[in-house]
Amino acid sequence: MDFVITAILTVFILANIMNLGGLLLWVERKGSAVLQDRIGANRAALLGKLPLNIGIINTLVADPIKLFTKEDFIPPNADRLLHALAPAIAMVPALISFIAIPFGDVLVIGGREISLQAANLNVGILYILGMVSLGVYGIVLAGWASNNRWALLGGIRASAQMISYEIAMGLALIGVIMLYGTLDLQEIARAQGYMIWGIIPGWGIFYQPVAFIIFLAAGIAESKRVPFDLPEAESELISGYFTEYSGAKQATFMLVDFLESIVVAGLVTTLFFGGWQVPFVMRDGLHLPGDIFYPLPSLLVTLIQFGAFMTKLAFFCWLQIMIRWTVPRFRYDQLINLGWKILLPIALANVLVTALLILIFQAK
Amino acid sequence: MDLLTFSILAVLLVFFAAIVILHPSPVYSALSLALVMSLLAVYFFFLDAHLLGWFQIIVYAGAVMVLFLFVIMLLNLQNDPHEHQPQSLRAAAGIGGVVLAIELLLLFNRTTTPDSQHALPEGFGTVLSLSEKLFTDFLLPFEITSILLLVAAVGAVVLAKR
Repeated sequence: MDFVITAILTVFILANIMNLGGLLLWVERKGSAVLQDRIGANRAALLGKLPLNIGIINTLVADPIKLFTKEDFIPPNADRLLHALAPAIAMVPALISFIAIPFGDVLVIGGREISLQAANLNVGILYILGMVSLGVYGIVLAGWASNNRWALLGGIRASAQMISYEIAMGLALIGVIMLYGTLDLQEIARAQGYMIWGIIPGWGIFYQPVAFIIFLAAGIAESKRVPFDLPEAESELISGYFTEYSGAKQATFMLVDFLESIVVAGLVTTLFFGGWQVPFVMRDGLHLPGDIFYPLPSLLVTLIQFGAFMTKLAFFCWLQIMIRWTVPRFRYDQLINLGWKILLPIALANVLVTALLILIFQAK
Repeated sequence: MDLLTFSILAVLLVFFAAIVILHPSPVYSALSLALVMSLLAVYFFFLDAHLLGWFQIIVYAGAVMVLFLFVIMLLNLQNDPHEHQPQSLRAAAGIGGVVLAIELLLLFNRTTTPDSQHALPEGFGTVLSLSEKLFTDFLLPFEITSILLLVAAVGAVVLAKR
């Protein structure tokens, strides 16, 4: 029974983020068009009749068909095995890291409480950090196996960049971990369910604003998106590590980028914005300030929480896309300097200050 | 961890470890080494040491091996044709391997098989129990290791500046 529940939860969350990944492609195309004062994708309306000329059919149906039916070209001097394996190696960590992120509190079915999290790990944060650090292999191998100097440069840049920003990312998380005293993401989400002075939700952002900024910056760098897209760098390296990829394999690399930004959005939501918490909604109902209480059925609370989580998740995905189309790209030395000389010291200072504050408030 | 899981993992581990030293391409060797590290982490998971397992993956597979790959790709190392290795080096490696194997056999005879039915203590392998041990019983070794790592980091920066 437990196995069935876990399987259902896993399939549910994987299907969810794959859908979101596809949708993000549309948001990216249409969002970039809006920001650049273009019209963007607006063809392929359903049967040519429905007024769906916002291009969503175009991007969700026509684009994948186009990508999957294109010629799958492997360069003659490439390492065939690794060239074929690299997209899969890149895909797996991005796809499975989401299972540790809770998307709801508990679902009560027939007196049975199901924690809405595909894998309840007591080391959830470490699991996701581990997956993020494994994510670089697919990129590096794609760059090397293509036997193309631009691709190789992209792969080398990716490995240096991801190792540098992993450190800032991990150190930013230490402040959060010290605050909540656990590595379990469900516990962290639960711990954010109270109100400061009865009105402000007790989310992580109000305790760890510095960690939030460092984490978001490092997270965008880990998912290799503008302003940190040096491994791709269209204007310098053609297309970086996936220059020599076409068809479905290239689509895989695009999807991996989106999946990684969804994982970053999921972590930001869970650690700094209360995860599935909705202000004033507790497990038994609505608690408004001034001791006003409306009881709500348990199923409705679960649905509200899931909706809140998906809304926050979608917001941070959207935010990353907006950053991508707003901020110009760093130069490579600026990127490494930002990681090692700015983010890392600030993250260290954040750890020290957090530790001091925790000591002071505990001593009281 | 039952015998079947152990055997499957052991065969995989030895297979990839063999590829590390036998494959002519340095990239394949480094990749196999990363796989060996990850398989070791799987052993830790089956032994209920989840934290240790994830540290193994983050540190070895995620950081150390990525740096290896980085260096191999940066220097663009070509396939190693094994022929130009001096005979003396091979002899030394062979003797070293035999000595290690004998040591392992001796150790294997001396260790008593741990009782697998014995229940694990409460909270075994969790962050809480591990850090409690680390910051009470093993505080001095822990701090000494941190200083060692700090020395290595400072040394690397100093050397890089020359």
